Amino acid sequence: MSLEILNIPSWSDMGRFIPEAIFFCAFLLALLGDLVARRRPVVPFVIVLAGSLAALAFAVTGLCAEEQTILGELVAVDGMAAFFRVIFAFVAVITVLFSWTSEEIMGRDREHKGEYYALIALMTGGMMVMAAARDLLMLYLSLELVSLTSYVMAGYMRNSLRATEASVKYMIFGAVSSGVMLYGLSLVYGLTGEMSFAGIRDALAAGEADPLALLTISVLIFAGLGYKIAMVPFHFWCPDVYEGSPTPVAAFFSVAPKAAGFALLIRFFYTTLTPVIDRVDFPLLIAVLSVATMTYGNLAAVRQDNVKRLLAYSSIAHVGYLLMGFLMLTAEGLQAILFYLLVYALMNLGAFLFVVAVNNSLRSEHLDDYAGLGFRAPWIAVMMIVFLVSLTGLPPTAGFIGKFYLFAEVIRREWYWLAVVGVINSAISLYFYMKIAKAMYFAKTPENAPKVTVAPLHYVTMAALAVPTLALGLFWGRFKDLADRAIEHFAGL
Amino acid sequence: MSDHILSWMTFFPVIGAAVICFVPKDRKEIVKTVAAAAAAVPLILAVQLFRDFDRTVTGFQYVEHYEWIKTFNIEYFMGIDGLSVPMVLLTAFLSFLCIIASWRIDKAVKGYFALFLLLEAGMMGVFCALDFFLFYVFWEVMLLPMYFLIGIWGGPRKEYAAIKFFLYTLAGSVLMLLAMIAFYYNVTDPETGGHTFNMLHMMDQANHGGILDVSNIRFIIWIGLFIGFAIKVPIFPFHTWLPDAHVEAPTAVSVILAGVLLKMGTYGILRISYPILPDQAVNFMIPLAILGAINIIYGAFCAMAQSDMKKLVAYSSVSHMGYVLLGMAAMNSTGINGAVFQMFNHGTITAMMFLCVGVIYDRAHHRDIDGFGGLGWQMPVYTSVFSFALFAAVGLPGLSGFVSEAMVFLGAFPVHRTIAIVSALGIVIGAAYVLWMLQRVFLGPKNDKYDELPDISARELITLVPIGLIVLLLGIYPMPVLNLMKASLNHLIKVVAG
Repeated sequence: MSLEILNIPSWSDMGRFIPEAIFFCAFLLALLGDLVARRRPVVPFVIVLAGSLAALAFAVTGLCAEEQTILGELVAVDGMAAFFRVIFAFVAVITVLFSWTSEEIMGRDREHKGEYYALIALMTGGMMVMAAARDLLMLYLSLELVSLTSYVMAGYMRNSLRATEASVKYMIFGAVSSGVMLYGLSLVYGLTGEMSFAGIRDALAAGEADPLALLTISVLIFAGLGYKIAMVPFHFWCPDVYEGSPTPVAAFFSVAPKAAGFALLIRFFYTTLTPVIDRVDFPLLIAVLSVATMTYGNLAAVRQDNVKRLLAYSSIAHVGYLLMGFLMLTAEGLQAILFYLLVYALMNLGAFLFVVAVNNSLRSEHLDDYAGLGFRAPWIAVMMIVFLVSLTGLPPTAGFIGKFYLFAEVIRREWYWLAVVGVINSAISLYFYMKIAKAMYFAKTPENAPKVTVAPLHYVTMAALAVPTLALGLFWGRFKDLADRAIEHFAGL
Repeated sequence: MSDHILSWMTFFPVIGAAVICFVPKDRKEIVKTVAAAAAAVPLILAVQLFRDFDRTVTGFQYVEHYEWIKTFNIEYFMGIDGLSVPMVLLTAFLSFLCIIASWRIDKAVKGYFALFLLLEAGMMGVFCALDFFLFYVFWEVMLLPMYFLIGIWGGPRKEYAAIKFFLYTLAGSVLMLLAMIAFYYNVTDPETGGHTFNMLHMMDQANHGGILDVSNIRFIIWIGLFIGFAIKVPIFPFHTWLPDAHVEAPTAVSVILAGVLLKMGTYGILRISYPILPDQAVNFMIPLAILGAINIIYGAFCAMAQSDMKKLVAYSSVSHMGYVLLGMAAMNSTGINGAVFQMFNHGTITAMMFLCVGVIYDRAHHRDIDGFGGLGWQMPVYTSVFSFALFAAVGLPGLSGFVSEAMVFLGAFPVHRTIAIVSALGIVIGAAYVLWMLQRVFLGPKNDKYDELPDISARELITLVPIGLIVLLLGIYPMPVLNLMKASLNHLIKVVAG
């Protein structure tokens, strides 16, 4: 390990760290605010919302900055980190906004509302670091920061048995998989004697590393991060945690930590493994994992009646699609992943937001209770259709474009069977997404069905997701360029 | 408007749909009027198109070519030739009539007409698109409105029918998506040297490279495309969604489904598969002819077995689309002109039949063939109109169906002699099921239950008579439509069969 990390970071470095710093400050301020203004959750809410918006603004302006490493090579500030910062800040803004309108979070009997917003800020900051980490130490630290925060958030409704179960399950699975990953990391260190990704790459490229050892390392590290992105066979926690935690938290979990996990996967494997990819059966490993993940997710989702669980399985399936882009560790594939993550954040948050809106009025996530919603709450139902169509991957929505690039890359690399399995999976997914549509539009509204009321803020937040979901399906060029640039400007490669 | 006539035809209905969204819910008449107006504009433009279209040009006319997504070479590229013009006319014509035919829709009126207009936009786009990516987008855009139109306004088993239609079509179109990407990466744009979705570049074999040089892979791509299109046609054994969808769909939607949507399958084969993979098309002649014969015979037998009028008409569509396949498989000028003409005629004739079935269903609330009897005394005008449609379906000389079927057989006979002879049986069976139905519904002793049934109304006649006139006119003098397509189709045959 080089001694450079002992260097005190300079102030000029901190200038490149603003969005992260804002989130960490927001975390502390929100806690303080909560302490001072007891029982007035609006204070931490405003603090975190303002922080997220400011961070988003800084993240967007930072998109075109030149790449460099800061904190003595521990953290990269490059196109990819900048891209993910925008995603995380955006997700945080949306999550904070719709947590405010969610009865599950803001209900009368709920305590510690302030802490909730503080935790969102902390976790978002952690994920930003995760997307920028380029050293084993930083990788592990940021991952644990995010994990620990998420255990607490999963158990936020602590009077609920299901939430407690979710939290404990999440933690036990998490602990096991980070243990496995830690073992993988120790093997890496043992093999190369390096902690930084760039150093590992050089050592691997120079030495004749044993293919078996490389494969073992890949598998072990994939296990740890695979848990974070809910990849089969590390997905077991996912439906239970989503179902048990409050819906806004589930929405947040289904997007942000997954994106962070992918960021870390991309940075670690793209940096270290690219020169030696011929020596490992990496593409086959990824192909198998991808097929298993998407097929399992889709088939399991078909049988669900609980919309939250259904969306949980669907999010597993989407990880399967995303992994297709990871196949050959090509720049085009990774660009497709980045673009898809952006699209996925929009459409998946939107779908969950709909669940929140319905839950506020109906106190239920069961499909039977969704009967006739298309006529009881027409506007949000139409937006939900947009999200569902996009999740299925049909034009003219962003979901189609995202999937198109993933499939294009697979076909370009001539993995035809994988492409065929992928599109068949898309067709399967249509069935369960349309199950929701069917319940909303084709089923009769039961008599004495409760009225659905939607807060104005909720409409605004949902429209803020639905409009880009449609618009990106027609004019996506500029955003795809952003994703492309993010991978092209990859520090330390 | 005349500069971008195809764009206007495609997107004017979308504008109409957007306007409808802002009309207050209880002003149903306004919604319907807006919808009719939005569908009338493409119809007027279609008439203009029919007048101005240059019949001597083999290439594409009314071309609109713009950059859409630069980094991936996706273009907004529209244009029509003799193959697409009849389909564009048919779409504009039937969509307008269907809006009129839907006047009595009472449930969620806004949603119905908005979705209908979106559907029209998707169909029009498919027939005009010359960029494969654009084509695919339009192709898929159609699915969702169709799903909701069947699922919300359909019959008792609408949910099953709607999702079955959706799943089948999507399963087919995703295979098309893969084929499209494979083309993209292996066809080079001669001007820029990059990859391209431009169909005209794809049609030029000189631009093919990479895996497209391997004949096995060409075969696999052909099969992928073929399955995608075959599901839409539908070609046996992918036809099972059709009877379900037709039976459950509301009348106007059935008309569109049979009149326009089915044509997309055969249009796709002629527009994409034939010119881009001509070698595979030639190899596939005999299987295609056999599939056509199966469609003709099997569809006709199934139609004979039905007791539900709508199901009978649905299976008759399967049978009639078989003629299109047979004509396409002939790969000569007569056959292919007959096939496209049959596509047009089937669109008009089946539309009439479905509208007629809708008329009786609106009154009696059932479509059971054996549940009527002697209706000819009760509803004389209706009986004449329906009989006219049925005779057209049989292929009575003097009506348009006869001309196209005769052309198909004339084309197919020298090439696929046995298959053509076997297929000719379909005409006999066709006559059998049609006449048998006619007899059971309109002749025989009068059923007292239906003493009160009013005859066909003026509004219903407005939708039926124009189609009837076209059927009659083209039966006597088919040249207006044949002239439209001749030049392009003969060119296509020259390219494919050499």
